[in-house]
Amino acid sequence: MSKLLIDGVSRTFAGMRGGQPVKALMPVDLAVAANDFITILGPSGCGKSTLLRIVAGLEAPSEGRVLLDGKAVTRPGPDRGMVFQSYTLFPWLTVAENIAFGLRERGMAQKERDGLVASYVDLVGLKGFENHWPKQLSGGMQQRTAIARALANDPEILLLDEPFGALDNQTRGLMQELLLGIWERRKKTVLFVTHDIEEAIFMASRVIVMTARPGRIKSDVAVDLPHPRHYTLKTSPEFSALKARLTEDIRVEAMRTAGAQPAEA
Amino acid sequence: MRPLHPVSPGLRTMLGISFFVLFIAFWAWITLGGHVNRIFLADPLSMLRDGWRLLVEDRFWLDILITIWRVFGGFVLASVVAVPIGIAMGAWKPVEAFLEPFVSFARYLPASAFIPLLILWAGIGELEKLLVIFVGSVFQIMLIIAVKVGSTRRDLVEAAYTLGSTNNGIVRRVIMPANAPEIAETLRLVLGWAWTYVIVAELIGSSSGIGYMIINSQSRLATGQIIFGIIVIGLIGLLSDFAFKAFNRWLFPWSLA
Repeated sequence: MSKLLIDGVSRTFAGMRGGQPVKALMPVDLAVAANDFITILGPSGCGKSTLLRIVAGLEAPSEGRVLLDGKAVTRPGPDRGMVFQSYTLFPWLTVAENIAFGLRERGMAQKERDGLVASYVDLVGLKGFENHWPKQLSGGMQQRTAIARALANDPEILLLDEPFGALDNQTRGLMQELLLGIWERRKKTVLFVTHDIEEAIFMASRVIVMTARPGRIKSDVAVDLPHPRHYTLKTSPEFSALKARLTEDIRVEAMRTAGAQPAEA
Repeated sequence: MRPLHPVSPGLRTMLGISFFVLFIAFWAWITLGGHVNRIFLADPLSMLRDGWRLLVEDRFWLDILITIWRVFGGFVLASVVAVPIGIAMGAWKPVEAFLEPFVSFARYLPASAFIPLLILWAGIGELEKLLVIFVGSVFQIMLIIAVKVGSTRRDLVEAAYTLGSTNNGIVRRVIMPANAPEIAETLRLVLGWAWTYVIVAELIGSSSGIGYMIINSQSRLATGQIIFGIIVIGLIGLLSDFAFKAFNRWLFPWSLA
């Protein structure tokens, strides 16, 4: 049985001021195996974030359903950890308190919490920053904390919505290696949304390419590059071949988006 | 001068002080120079002399204390009622829909116009003074806090939901801490307004307080005392504002870090 099953999920937004309803997502079917690292690649505004938010339970699908371990998703919950593109650390909590947030909501005792938090601080390389406020951290450090915060709940699946989108190129590369390293060691089912082709290939065991709005799955590409992956992989011939193929796929969609909706954010 | 170009801290202080100096110099010039009638405006020196006499002989400091107590009493009363209701209005939209129209209307009711009514209800004792400040502050606090709470960052709320928060947990561990500094700032602002209400309350049907001293001095044409009273109010207001600011900074280090 697949870990996550997306079954005919679509999303239509009501029209603004009596206008036509907007179809953001055509019916999508996707089965995700346990411990798979799936990246969802698509041009801006293709509905890939909407799809992820539906899996998270933050939005309801217009049609279809999402099953996690066979159970229907109806609302957000700690079994689906999420990392957002925007910095969503709680500014009034320190790094350690942020990581402990989900554990505290679950009612875990302070003592037990402290041990877990320390191990996750270590995992994302933030030792020495436990008592910093989010404002005192760089963007990369904030996202590392956000990843640790989501992982500390030990979710069934980790959802990431362009988590490195706001970071500079160098930091982004380091974050990719960090996250992949964690995944290689700990094995977790991951759904990772991005519009960066290199990122999509480098991280994934499977890349799902989406079409321009209204989004649907255009292609489903297995990435059989060996693990552990190192950044030098990005210059290997196999990687380049995959990149060339996906670039072509995405280019067609991006051009369609640009032609149809030039103001799309 | 280049627009928007910052000024150095030293120059800023100097410029700030120099306006005070100019202002007082102008005041001294028109009064001591005999350009206005002394009956209507006392000069700075006799103002200080009158003030000193007030403090030493007339035990004016007792009036100051009683006014401070009224301001804080009324303000605390209003805060205790308004903060929870404001948070509830911001967090739960049906509560807001229920209360917001009335509160919006009520906050335009001038507190000073309620004084005759409040005197009928509560007499001219302390309760009436507290109620004037209460009426003047409570609706303002509710409305401002409701708006601030209503604009809580949605992504923080969503993040908390994905971490397992319940609806209750969202209100208590996201909405409240996220808005705490703004709420404290709102209270600081409204405390400033409370200083205006207390003086108005003391001008009518009162036998103590800074406002009473001012209205009492008017009948004796003691303009030096009036000005001294006004300056005292300004100074106390400024001091309490500084203290409140420092307190907020100490309470919410994360919002400034």
